[in-house]
Parts: sequence; structure tokens; C-alpha cells
Amino acid sequence: MTVLSLERGLAALRDEIDAPVAAFFSSCVHCGLCAQACPFYVETEDPKYTPILKVEPLRLLWEQEFSLWGRLKAMLGIGKKVTDEMLEEWEPLLYDSCTMCGRCSMVCPVGNDIQSMVRKTREGMVASGHAPAGLIEASARAIRTGSPMGLTWKTLEAQIKHVESSSGLEVPVDREGVEYLALLSSMEVINFPEYLEAITRIFHHAGVTWTLSKDYFEATNAGVQIGSKDIAAALVQRIVDVVVRLRVRGVISPECGHAYTAVRWEGPNLIEKPYPFEVLHIIELLDKLRAEGRLKTEGKEIDRLSMHDPCNLARKSGVIDQQRNLMGLVAESFVDLKEHGRFQWCCGAGGGVSSNERADELRMAAFKRKKAQIEEIEPDRMVTMCATCRTQLEEGLEEFNMDIPVVGLTEIIADHLVEKGKPA
Amino acid sequence: MSDPMEFLLWVKGPMFELALTIFGIGLAARIVEIFVLGRKPNYAEPRRGELAPGFRTLIGRTVADPGTFARAPFDVVVGLVWHLGFLIALLLFIPHIELINSLLGLAWPGLPNPLVDAVTAVTILSLIAVLIHRITHPVKKYISTFEDYLIWVATFLPLITGYLAYHRLINPYPLILGLHILTVEIFLILLPFTKLTHIFTAFIARWYTGATFGRKGVVS
Amino acid sequence: MAAETTLIERLREQGISRRGFLKFCTVAASMMALPPTMVPAIAAALEKARRPSVIWLSFQECTGCTESLTRSFSPTVENLILNIISLDYHHTLQAAAGEAAEQARKQAMKENFGKYLVVVDGSLPGPDSNPGYSTSAGQSNLSLLEETLEGAVAVVAIGNCAAFGGLPKASPNPTGAVAVQDVVKDKPLINVPGCPPVPMVITGVLVQYLTFGKLPELDEYRRPMAFFGQAIHDRCYRRPFYDKGLFAESFDDEGARKGWCLYRLGCKGPMTYNACATMHWNGGTSWPIGAGHPCLGCSEPDFWDAGGFYKAVSVPTGDTRETLLGAGIAGAVAGGAAAALARKKAKTGRTEQVPVTIEELEQKL
Repeated sequence: MTVLSLERGLAALRDEIDAPVAAFFSSCVHCGLCAQACPFYVETEDPKYTPILKVEPLRLLWEQEFSLWGRLKAMLGIGKKVTDEMLEEWEPLLYDSCTMCGRCSMVCPVGNDIQSMVRKTREGMVASGHAPAGLIEASARAIRTGSPMGLTWKTLEAQIKHVESSSGLEVPVDREGVEYLALLSSMEVINFPEYLEAITRIFHHAGVTWTLSKDYFEATNAGVQIGSKDIAAALVQRIVDVVVRLRVRGVISPECGHAYTAVRWEGPNLIEKPYPFEVLHIIELLDKLRAEGRLKTEGKEIDRLSMHDPCNLARKSGVIDQQRNLMGLVAESFVDLKEHGRFQWCCGAGGGVSSNERADELRMAAFKRKKAQIEEIEPDRMVTMCATCRTQLEEGLEEFNMDIPVVGLTEIIADHLVEKGKPA
Repeated sequence: MSDPMEFLLWVKGPMFELALTIFGIGLAARIVEIFVLGRKPNYAEPRRGELAPGFRTLIGRTVADPGTFARAPFDVVVGLVWHLGFLIALLLFIPHIELINSLLGLAWPGLPNPLVDAVTAVTILSLIAVLIHRITHPVKKYISTFEDYLIWVATFLPLITGYLAYHRLINPYPLILGLHILTVEIFLILLPFTKLTHIFTAFIARWYTGATFGRKGVVS
Repeated sequence: MAAETTLIERLREQGISRRGFLKFCTVAASMMALPPTMVPAIAAALEKARRPSVIWLSFQECTGCTESLTRSFSPTVENLILNIISLDYHHTLQAAAGEAAEQARKQAMKENFGKYLVVVDGSLPGPDSNPGYSTSAGQSNLSLLEETLEGAVAVVAIGNCAAFGGLPKASPNPTGAVAVQDVVKDKPLINVPGCPPVPMVITGVLVQYLTFGKLPELDEYRRPMAFFGQAIHDRCYRRPFYDKGLFAESFDDEGARKGWCLYRLGCKGPMTYNACATMHWNGGTSWPIGAGHPCLGCSEPDFWDAGGFYKAVSVPTGDTRETLLGAGIAGAVAGGAAAALARKKAKTGRTEQVPVTIEELEQKL
């Protein structure tokens, strides 16, 4: 049986070093502004969480092997090497104190995309065998069972039956030639089952043809969280296979953050070819329907609502206006958090952090940034579009005794649909 | 110094050639090294092109977002002030324009000497403040390495010697002018092997990041 | 020949009254920054001394220094010095020639041994060069200098050539020219550089030496501080334009005609120490900058090789454009090759890599 080793880790890191990485490390002047954008630093005031420091192993390898001065130093026998001890020391920095939210990438004055380098460094960590237990277990479950939480089709099927009886509508499974394959996140299925019913009703209302698939229903990608292209590619390929088999036009990613970036942006590069289909986040599709006039709604939420943009959706994918357009449909009193959209603050749970028990305390500390934002606006309820964010918000608000319910946007939309056949 | 003129002619002559050679080789190597590494092809369907967003970030990143400004006003303000001041002293002082003209064949109008002088004084004070900040601020103190302090010295010396030379505060003049030119040569020699490369590579980095985000429809 | 006549007799012969002589002493006092009360003392010192013997050696020179001193349209205080001293040997000014001239020199040396002043203009081929490059009466400059210095009380090197090597020493220095101070180590020496020096400066230095019998305060280049202690830049009447940033950009452009600073036309004023800005030339008529021409820096060592008369002080002296281009190309090639190799290594590393499996990961649990 092959083993993970430092050599494999270094080989993985080497492969990740490209022109942008070289430009980034050539430019960092240790100004420390990235720390000011990182909730893990801001809420702990521990400078070891400075984002650029998290990728020091990558930088060291770049300097040694890809820069003139570094090569000279290596030839002369001076200059540090990346060791297994160093990677072990860096594991918590890369996995516990970073959600790959990308806010640091937005503020770095010299333009370093630190978040992308964290993602790259994780490749080296995995290949050398340094990753948190929770993520390893999630990856193993995802590969073996199709769900990182071990959710089975049987359980999902029960939920499908419940939705069908509650809504009086069919939840299509393995329907060929329809417009969209809808993917689900296990977290959502387990914690927020109202999502499935919501999309069933909305799609019916708007006349969207869609299907689930028994072969593979999971949107999330533990490989992307842990940082392994090999595992991530295997998971994406399963989606592609289903899409091709069912001959659908596109894939709908559910209310999840990283699932969308995994399928939409990383997926084609993991399988090293473009998709023959499109990928939409449910919010993108809903806004498209709204723009086409296919969503007929009535009534509005009247309480004071604010919104948390999932990092992977807003800052890392450009889905920012869509959710606000949709809020306009169904909310009377919507007010944005002060820093929202591309400059929003991470909830603290994404990027694998919530699957990593070791990081629980840090995760709650990082949440305090979000808490401060919410306290500034004093909403009655928070709206979001990601199951992990939603769970984190609920847990965090409860932890700090704040009585602010959290709700998903899709379900609000569904709640205000004008039902065909019902009196207006 | 018993022969200031010999010193001055040495720094203006062979030493400048040496510094320029090391600088030229080192910087060209660094920049080519970056570009030759290239990027893997991106098969994900873009929302829009990346060329224009890259350039937008290349320039736009100079101005900090309001949130960062609120959290780190010193870094944002003093950082901008000293960088701008340095650029003004370097590029808008007539004797320097003559120098650049002789090197690159480019020239442009300069600012009146007393104005450049005032800007230089502000820049020097700002740089001192920046050093104190680096030594005292928890994040900067933690992440700073020997190299960060070395390049501070390399950046500070040309400014202070230039100021002393302009005001003829050290005699004879060939000595202080020679020292000023020598400190610039040290700066040039150190440049390709330290973070001073950011003077050039920051624009490459900014473009890549702007392109990456822009491709996904995000202004960065 | 050391004169038997007194100074006053000699002056009367020349048609110069005692009044003219006292006027000279007043000017000399003022030049040395001495109070008017010192004038009688200077007059007495100069009168009393039998006209001191001066042997003027001319080597690789253009005679410009002598011209500067003597070229005047009327007897002036500048060249009065020639009446005060007994110029016992001077190629251009002496009446004798050939062997007779050499005899005069040797006689002056013998009669005034230990007391005569040696003045040198022009540089000389150094000890390691072919002595034949510059000779007089079949004797090399170096040999003549060494011989003449035996009984000298001091040496004054006049002009940039004698003081620093001047034009002959300029690249490629075909004759191996050196400065006087390079070969004279054991005699008091004053350098009076300039190309040529300001005539009144020559006079002033000689008067100062002859009055006080010792070297004046000298700078690191052994130039009298009294005349070489300030930079042209600090006494230039165009300095306000430099300070305001108003520069002429080409000859006879608007700025030039308005008398703006000549920095951009190559003026070496900032790094040149001389008295031109205050004393001017031609009896105070004008000076290079006043005439609209940038200062050449002619009182500084190696001014011929200092990068070009019309290149600003801030411009480097070498072929920098070619150097930068060449270095850039070399670096690009080297960097490109290195990066390509590194990328290849990374690529092969990846293709050779075994994919990570969950079984391998689970080993780490």
C-alpha cells in the first residue's frame, strides 16, 4: 500500500506553483493588511493567523526552487527547507484558521490572491498526510458513499416522499432530457429539509423541468475542502457522469457555498476539460426566473430582514445582485449589513472548518465578526443561501444569546408564490 | 575621505555599471521566471473577460476599500504618503529626470525644487514612522523578517543622503553626492533578490488577481 | 638671476608708482581677508625682501596658465606679482634661450639654495612612463623637476595639469602623465588648479606665501581654502533659478536667454570649488556661467573624464543604456531557462505522482 509522504507533498506543491504564485511571493512586503481582513485574526488578535503566513511552506518552496536568489542560496547550502515538521506545524493554520473566504485576496495592496494560495498549499498538506481528522473522514465517506455525512438514498427517499405528500407535487428522479439536474447538500437535507420542498414548488410554479438522481445527488465536495484534486476530481466526475447520462442541459447547485465553486469553477479544471452543460446556483436560477417574469409572488415579509452573503457565492463567484433582487420581491424591510457583497465578512465555518472539530473554538471566535455586523444592523431575522453558513449563524447567535432566527432565501420565495388554482 | 572626486567619479562610473548590470540581470530573470511559469488553462466558463478586470485591479488596488481604511488607517494613509513622496522625489526632480533621460531616453516636466524638497522631508518622516510602526504593531512585528528591515534601510538611505546632498549639509559636495549615488546602487543591487521586486511584480500580481476575480464577475 | 635692485627701484623702472604698489597691497590684503591695518605690513614685507627667486617649470602644458596671468590689456594688479618676484626661469617669458637659459636656472638655484620657490605648470610623464614624451634641453620633465626641487622651499602647482594631471592625464593618457603631487612627497606643496586658474588667484596665492612664508589653509586637495573653499553653486548668481526649478534646456532657448540655471546643460557648479563665481575673469568682466556656458568643473581632478561637459551632474558617466539592455537580455535568457526547467520538473513530478486515495489518508487518522 502506498503511503503519503513529504516527497509527494512537495511534488504536489511544486505543481501548484504558477506565474501568479511567483508574482505574489515576489510582491509581499509584510504590510499585514491581510490580517485586518481575516476574521480569525481580527477576533483573536493573534498575529499567527495572518493570512500570508499560512502559506509560508509554499513560499519557501517557491523561493528555494523557483527564484534565482533561492537557488543560489540552496547551492551554497544556506536557506531553509520545507520539512515534514513544518507541514505538521502549519496544519492548524491552514485548516482551523482559514475558510478560504478570500477577503484577504481583496485587500492585499500588492494584489496577492492569498486565498488561492491556501487552496494550493492544502494540496501539499494532503499529499504529505497532514489534514484534520474530520475532513479525512468526510472525504472517505464522500468517496465511499457519495455523501460526506453518510446520508443514504434511503433517507433522502423518505424526505422525497414527505415533500410529495406535503406539496402534492412530484419530485422527479432520474428523469432524462429535462432542463436541470438538481443537486443537494447532505447538510441541507438533514438540517433544512424545507429546501427540497421549496424548489419542488418553485420549479412547478415556474414551469422548470428538472430531476434528482439516485445515482448521485451530492453537490458538496469534500475533496475541495480538504484540498485534494484527486479526491475532488473523482467527486466532480460523478456529477458529470450523471449529467451526461441523463442528457440534462444544466446543473443546479443548492443553497451551499463551496459546492457551487467546486462544480462551477474548479470542476472543469479538475477533469481538465470544459463542461458540455451549464452550472447555476439555485439563487442564480431563481433570479433568472424572476427576470423572465416567471415567478409570481404575493405578499412580503414585513419584519426587518438582513442578509449574509456566503463567501463562495458572493466574493468568489460574483452572485451578489441576484439575491438582492429576490429580496426585493419578498421583503418589505430589507437592510444590508454594512460590509456586504464582495466585502462581506465570512461566517467562520466554510472551507472545511465546520467539519473540523479541533477548530470549534476558533470557529466561534471568528463568528464574532459576523455577530458584530449583525448587532450593528439589529435585524429581526437573517437570510442566507448556504446550509453551512446557516448552521453557523444559528449556532453562533444561540451561543451569544441573540434571538435572531435564520432563514433560507429559497424557502422565503417559495412561501410567497402565488399558487396556481388557489385564490390570489 | 581624502579624494572625494575620485569617489564620486567611481560611483558615477564603474560602480554604476556594476549595479545596473546586477539589477538588469536579476530583475529580467525574475520577471521572465514569473511569466514562463504560466498558468494552467482554465476550462470553467467565464462570466466575462479577464483582461480588463486585470487592469482595473492593477490600478485600483492602490486605493484601499473603506473597511480596510477603517481598520488600518496608519498603513493606508502613511503607506500612500511615503510611496507617493518617494515617487515624486525620484521622478519629478529635475536632476533625476536628466538621469532617467540618459538611461532610458524618456523625459517629462519636473516640479520646482523647493516643492520636491518639502515632499522629501515629509517622506523621510513618514518612513521613520513606518519603521516604528513595523516594530510596534503586533502583526507587523510578528511577521517581519530581517529582509523587511534591510529593505527599509536600503530605501531610507537614498532619501536621507539625497536630502543631505541637496541641502549641501555634508562637505565636500562630491562626498555626499557620491554617498547618495552609492546608496542608490546598493538599492539597485539588492532589488532583484528581495521584496523590493514588488515595485515591478506587484502590478503583475494585481493583474492576475483582478483577472481571476473578474473572470468570475467580481470587481476586485 | 636674483635681482640686485630693490623692489621699489624695479617698480619705478616699470613705470609703477609707489601708489600703484600700495594699491596692489590693499587688494592683496582684501583677497586674503586681512584688515586694512595689515596693508603696511604687507607692503613692508614685500619691499624688504629682496625679490624672491621663482623658478617656473613648464611641462606638458598649453601655456594657458601663463597666458591667464600675463594676458592683460594694461598693467594690472594681477600681473604686478611678476614685478615683485624675480622670475629666474620661465620658458615663455624669459629672454634667454637654450643653454643660457639652463645656466640661468642653475645659477638661481645655487645662489638661492633653500629659499627659492618652484612653480610648475603642466603635468609630467610619471616614473613608470617613457621619459622621452616630454623633455627640455634633452632632460625629462621628471628629472628636471627632481633636480630643481633640491633647494626649493616650496612647490606651487599651477593649473589643473600640474595640480591633478589635467588634459594629458585624461583618458587614454598616452604619455602616462601624473600630477606634481604624485611625484613630490617631501616638499610643502600648494595646488592652484583651474583650466586656467583665475589670474588673481594665482597672484593671491603667491602673495600670501611670500608675505607669510608658510602655506595657507589647504583643503583635501591642497588647494588654498581662501579661493577654493566654496562651491561655484553656492556663490552663483543664477542659484535662485536652480532653487526655483527654472532651467535652460538648450543653448539659446528661452530659459537660456532669461539667464536661468544651466544645470541641465551640464553645469558642474554644484561639485566645483573655485573662485570664479565671485572674482570672475578679465578683471571682473564676466565668467563662463555669466556668458551662458555651463561650468566645466575645471578646478577639480579628472574633470575631463567626468562624464561630459554637457551632461548634467546627475548623469552617470558610462555606457549605461547598453549595459542595462545587455544585462536585461542576459537575465531574461537565464531566468527563462531556469523557470522552464523548474516547470518541467514540476510537471513530470505531477505526472509521475500517484493520486491521493482515501485509504492513504485514513492511515493518518
